[in-house]
Amino acid sequence: MSLWVIVAIVALGTAIGFLAGRRREMDLEQWTVGGRRFGAVLMYMLLAGELYTTFAFLGASGWAYSRGGPSLYILAYISLGCVVSFFIMPRIWELGRRHGMQTQPDFFAARYGNRFLNGLVCVVGIAAVIPYLQLQIEGLGIIVNVASFGGIGRAPAMVVSVGLLVAFVWASGIRAVAWISVLKDILMIVAALAIGIAIPHIYFGGIGPMFAALLHARPGHLTMPGATKNLDHTWYVSTVLLSSLGYCMWPHYFASAFSARSADVIRRNAVILPLYSLTLPFIFFAGFAAVLIVPGLADGDLSLLTMIRKTFPAWFLGVAGGAGALTAMVPAAVLVLTAATLFAKNLFRPAFAPTMSDDRVARLARIMVAIIGIASLGFALFSSASLVSLLLIGYAGVAQLFPGVVLGIFWRRATAAGVLSGLVAGIATAASLLLTHHDPILGWNAGFAALCLNFGVTIFVSFRGSAASSEFAGRTDEPVGWQFTKHHT
Amino acid sequence: MRPPSVGALMLGLVPFVGICFTVRFWDRLEPRVLGIPFNLAWLIAWMVLCTLCLWAAYRMENARESGGHGTR
Repeated sequence: MSLWVIVAIVALGTAIGFLAGRRREMDLEQWTVGGRRFGAVLMYMLLAGELYTTFAFLGASGWAYSRGGPSLYILAYISLGCVVSFFIMPRIWELGRRHGMQTQPDFFAARYGNRFLNGLVCVVGIAAVIPYLQLQIEGLGIIVNVASFGGIGRAPAMVVSVGLLVAFVWASGIRAVAWISVLKDILMIVAALAIGIAIPHIYFGGIGPMFAALLHARPGHLTMPGATKNLDHTWYVSTVLLSSLGYCMWPHYFASAFSARSADVIRRNAVILPLYSLTLPFIFFAGFAAVLIVPGLADGDLSLLTMIRKTFPAWFLGVAGGAGALTAMVPAAVLVLTAATLFAKNLFRPAFAPTMSDDRVARLARIMVAIIGIASLGFALFSSASLVSLLLIGYAGVAQLFPGVVLGIFWRRATAAGVLSGLVAGIATAASLLLTHHDPILGWNAGFAALCLNFGVTIFVSFRGSAASSEFAGRTDEPVGWQFTKHHT
Repeated sequence: MRPPSVGALMLGLVPFVGICFTVRFWDRLEPRVLGIPFNLAWLIAWMVLCTLCLWAAYRMENARESGGHGTR
């Protein structure tokens, strides 16, 4: 029963994806940024869709279950990410329209004009997207497997959904994603509210009694460091800062911003989006309830679905599973689309085929959708990292782009050499700390420590090297932000 | 479009103080709000307060921009 409900929901979502791209010329601009015609509502759905991923659905409840207090960082960084986005993204949008940007490296190219920096930005973007994509595919495997009562194995579920995903991204580009988001968001909100309200009531007679029982049984679980040893307040502050500054540095976030109709649409979205995370606490409630009802799960990421399966009828498990599957597929589609465009347009063309036409770039990007999809599927099949830790790896990487973006807009003296050295220092530090398992380092989130170093190096080299930078970039004397100010006043 | 005004930036800083830097003061269980531990209730309240701050910043920036166009 639950299996057929899942199949029906995923089929409906896929059909919407194909219909969305019908009767439109799919050139590169239409495919990647929807022809820059998205209004407030569709834009809201697109950004909210990217925000509400499998990470929120399974990962947040998983950490609430296995770690307790430190999981509260998830409720904090989304609102603060919106604050950062409110001040940065409208300017990025304006510059994007003036310079015809479609991707994040397009911004770096227009501002710094250094091809090494551009190549590195591409590589960082693609490398950060892959764990995020892997997270979605892994989540999908878990959802379909549990929700079908083991009827569909994890591996076949992952393979089929990656196939569907590649097919509708191939056909419709970003428009497919925005319209599937509408279906997915409605299902998700209904499922989250039902789960978060019903589970405490059924087992404890209410949310208050549930917390009273939890505090009695596990007094330390709900404050930091909760069930962990080293995730205390220092870790919380540094992780919230890293995640909120990195929030709009994702290459797909840039691409979404470029698809807005106006800068005002982006601003209004940033104002409203924190309210959207009001449904997240309900998912936390389910994770906390699971601590008492199904203790001792080896994999915390399974806690939410285990609770649903134990509590609700099979058809509801199907609805939640179908919503969850779309929740993974929508962001995965955006991620794969972005990474493919980055590769074709900003890495391959400048390096190997400068004369390539936009049409051929679009064709190469579509082929890359399939290749990147399959590569991440491979990672997902052979990995067992927890969903939250995958996202934190992605953030440690992508947040390193923040100094280049924010100084590029607001500080005229930022140079290509400065940003490039800062980025290299940041990435090298983050990668070596993460790979040697030194995260957190002295209580601090390793990615945040790397970001501080990155900022320092960027500013220092930019100050010292104003003269030396001229050999790197002809365009640094007139940064895009500056051009823009002149234009309007 | 000019760089954001000082007032708007200050409004943007408020949620950072409330949600992030003050964690040691509100990461506690009591008093419970509607049965929800204080730290969780605090963060839920800030989702609404954050939107209010940004809304005020939005009004401020908009007023400034339309004012700028008017004098031109």
